[in-house]
Amino acid sequence: MGILEVKGVNKRFGGLQALGDVNLSIKENTVHAIIGPNGAGKSTLLNCLVGKLIPDSGSVMFDGQSVLGRKPHEINQMGISRVFQTPEIFTDLSVIENVMIPCFAKRDGAFRLHAVEAVASEKDIVEQAEQMLADVNMLDKRNMHAGSMSRGDKRRLEMAMCLVQNPKLLLLDEPTAGMARADTNNTIDLLKEIKEKRDITMAIIEHDMHVVFSLAERITVLAQGTPLVEETPENIKGHPKVREAYLGEAQV
Amino acid sequence: MLGLNKQDTTILLVVAALTIFAPFILNPFPVDSAMAQFNAGYPDLMQRFVIFGIFAIGFNILFGLTGYLSFGHAAFLGIGSYSAVWMFKLLSMNVIPAIILAVIMSGLFAVVIGYVSLRRSGIYFSILTLAFAMMMFALAYSVLTPITGGETGLQLALDDPRILGISATPEGNIPTPSLFGVEMRASTTVPVGAWEFTFNFGYYFCALIMLVAFYLSVRIFRSPFGLTLRAIKSNQQRLNYTGVNPKPYTLAAFVISGMYAGLAGALMASMDPLAGAERMFWTQSGEVVLMTILGGVGTLFGPVLGAGMIKYMENIISKINSDILHSWFAFLPDGLEDLIVAIIYPFIGKGWHLTLGLIFMLVVIFLPGGLVEGGQRVRSWMKNRGKSKEETSQTPAE
Amino acid sequence: MDAIILQILNGLDKGSAYALIALGLTLIFGTLGVVNFAHGALFMIGAFCAVTLSRILSASHEVLVEGKTDFLGNPLKEDVPYVYDWFGESAGAAIIDWSVPLSILFAIPVMILVGVIMERGLIKHFYKRPHADQILVTFGLAIVLQEVIKYYFGANPIPTAAPEAFKGSFDFGAMIGLDPNTIIYPYWRLIYFCFAAIVIGCVFAFLQFTTFGMVVRAGMADRETVGLLGIDIDKRFTIMFGIAAAVAGLAGVMYVPINPPNYHMGMDFLVLSFVVVVVGGMGSLGGAVLAGFLLGILESFASMREVIDLIPGINQVIIYLVAIIVLLTRPRGLMGRKGVMEE
Repeated sequence: MGILEVKGVNKRFGGLQALGDVNLSIKENTVHAIIGPNGAGKSTLLNCLVGKLIPDSGSVMFDGQSVLGRKPHEINQMGISRVFQTPEIFTDLSVIENVMIPCFAKRDGAFRLHAVEAVASEKDIVEQAEQMLADVNMLDKRNMHAGSMSRGDKRRLEMAMCLVQNPKLLLLDEPTAGMARADTNNTIDLLKEIKEKRDITMAIIEHDMHVVFSLAERITVLAQGTPLVEETPENIKGHPKVREAYLGEAQV
Repeated sequence: MLGLNKQDTTILLVVAALTIFAPFILNPFPVDSAMAQFNAGYPDLMQRFVIFGIFAIGFNILFGLTGYLSFGHAAFLGIGSYSAVWMFKLLSMNVIPAIILAVIMSGLFAVVIGYVSLRRSGIYFSILTLAFAMMMFALAYSVLTPITGGETGLQLALDDPRILGISATPEGNIPTPSLFGVEMRASTTVPVGAWEFTFNFGYYFCALIMLVAFYLSVRIFRSPFGLTLRAIKSNQQRLNYTGVNPKPYTLAAFVISGMYAGLAGALMASMDPLAGAERMFWTQSGEVVLMTILGGVGTLFGPVLGAGMIKYMENIISKINSDILHSWFAFLPDGLEDLIVAIIYPFIGKGWHLTLGLIFMLVVIFLPGGLVEGGQRVRSWMKNRGKSKEETSQTPAE
Repeated sequence: MDAIILQILNGLDKGSAYALIALGLTLIFGTLGVVNFAHGALFMIGAFCAVTLSRILSASHEVLVEGKTDFLGNPLKEDVPYVYDWFGESAGAAIIDWSVPLSILFAIPVMILVGVIMERGLIKHFYKRPHADQILVTFGLAIVLQEVIKYYFGANPIPTAAPEAFKGSFDFGAMIGLDPNTIIYPYWRLIYFCFAAIVIGCVFAFLQFTTFGMVVRAGMADRETVGLLGIDIDKRFTIMFGIAAAVAGLAGVMYVPINPPNYHMGMDFLVLSFVVVVVGGMGSLGGAVLAGFLLGILESFASMREVIDLIPGINQVIIYLVAIIVLLTRPRGLMGRKGVMEE
């Protein structure tokens, strides 16, 4: 039994079958990559997991509970954090404030009218956020305006914001899309480091095979909205179905 | 002090000092001097400064923190005024129950209007709040006349019950609003040499409330709640995926700012026990937008500054007429005098709105942080200039 | 039956004004993505174009009338408009009489110029700023424009008449076979409606059948792609701003005989026009026109005695009420496209 169980999920957009009978099981404490050509339905699947889209049929169970019909913030409170394709951070706030908000969310839940005590007097939250920044080597940027940082730093900050909540499952939507090789390698190292330091399950959607093979323990190949194979990285390389999906019928 | 950090304490103390010494600060010119018309230290105007300050501080909690631009906040001002006047009519002339009822009523209305309007964001939210306020204005003006007094407004009468007070004074007048017997209009005028300073009880009462309101807003700005509101303005998507439900936060901000507006409305009625529907008209909502932006949206001190500036212009600059202008420039040769007066005249006196509109546009274009940001820029520019001078003087030594 | 027709007719002139302003607002929003709070001011400027032209045409000089004296015994002086001198008395009188329709010719270039200056001078710097900033700066501009008009024309409404031929009313009821005197309708209102219909038709035809319009429509749908095709979309959008300003201005010109213009008429109409745009669907031209007429007519129905007796005050709030209901049940408005201004 995996921590995330997707069973028979279907999603149509008008005449387009974006997801057709998707079954997927992600085991606890693994790094699971979902790959596939453009339009394979990777992002649709991810959006179904985090509550942005609701599948037409099927079930998505996380840690024994259904996530279907729940709002994104409720799903986050269940223990799923998400990293976006382009880093989504609070650009108008400082770096430390960016990390403190998920700390408050973790402690206080989806809403708490906490309007009198000063943020600065919440010692343990401040400490927690600083510790997290230290973990990702960003403590020196503590008071920087988050929007003015480089893209790589924004990505790093976004990861910190997700990790500080100690999620059971971290979803990464093409975390290295549009990055230069050096930045990509940095991200890979960061993710490896995270994986070493804590018990965390990760699901990565990725185009870049270099990233996938450096990190993933299991790989699911998605094509035209349906999973083709689920295998270990060693067995995926050279798998005929995968080659077919990526290279098209011309090869056949 | 009071749970604030050093910088915020300084701001609070500055605001406190400004309000306490306002009768002196605003009356810098001797009574008989030509400049006496620029004296703004008379009770009526000083009261307006602080009351609109409260209104703008409250508006800033919503717009400054969450970025939701309400174009219907005057509705709560009106509700506050009507509630207060009804308390004066039914219960007593004491302002405390009037203020309490006004804040509660405006809070209730804000819950309903906010709940509905906040289901949309951006321009749709602005239009929804505008629509609600205009509906209330139209109803207050017409159908609700029994409650609102319609076109003439809601006024006190000699035969009002005032069950805890008196319907009429022994002299046969309508009693005036008071705080446990001390009348709001009670004033002492102290002549000092050529100067005259007026100390008005109503003003100091409003000023005290404004200071409390200001203090609360500082606390809200610095709290986790305020931080979350700023996060809503910055990136709602991220906030959603961080496990925070933005809706109750924005609603709470909307209700708090609505209650601030209701409080301001109640104080307006306490200074002058009269409430009219025009207080709910959308131009009034527009005015608080102008105040907040002009002073500096999202800053602590900005709204107070903006409210003061606009009320000063409205009451002082608007009174300058062409005769006064001519007398100022009388030292110039006639032709030049006429020319200068002709150039300046459209921007002052009755044309003060033109100046206001121009300043407002300039602020939106060049100073998104308002006059407060302007001040900060000037300060850091001066600092840098000082520094670079030092640096240049040091360079040869190296 | 006749009561219903009467209310529909009554709603048409206001509805026409709403539709024209909302059309311009939507053109600007759809092409430039700018929320223009100064659009009401353009409507007002249009109205004052008519006032200005009528003043220019009536400009006159004093002439001594031979052989007559006034009651003080001085030689009688008469004001003679310059146009009398140039075109003769009867033609001159006709020109003055027709000053409002003539203002259309005057207002089109003026309004396009105003629109282009506004876009190049101010609006273009706000494309990338948040909508709230756009609202605020155009709100400031609206204040400035209305104060300038107030400075030159004063605070009081300035009555300016329609041509003599279109004054008065006609019996619309008799024309369509109902009893005489049931539906009396002023000529000018009918003209206003026809005029609005023509302007709206022209705008749609322009967008539909010209290459220019085609590019603009494509740009409204997907600005980036059209830009990638190497088409200078910005220049076209500037011209569209001018056209939108002209549409608002024309609405103002022709509205003058219905309601004497004053400096705050723009703001009065703006609030309602925004409601109209939102009801119609932000970015939908057809929606703006439809909602304009619909709300105009609805407003006039709500003013019927029977309706007011049933629901007191409904005539005052009907438009806002409809707007709230539409926004909450159909966030995209009646005909709005998906994804416009959402979140």
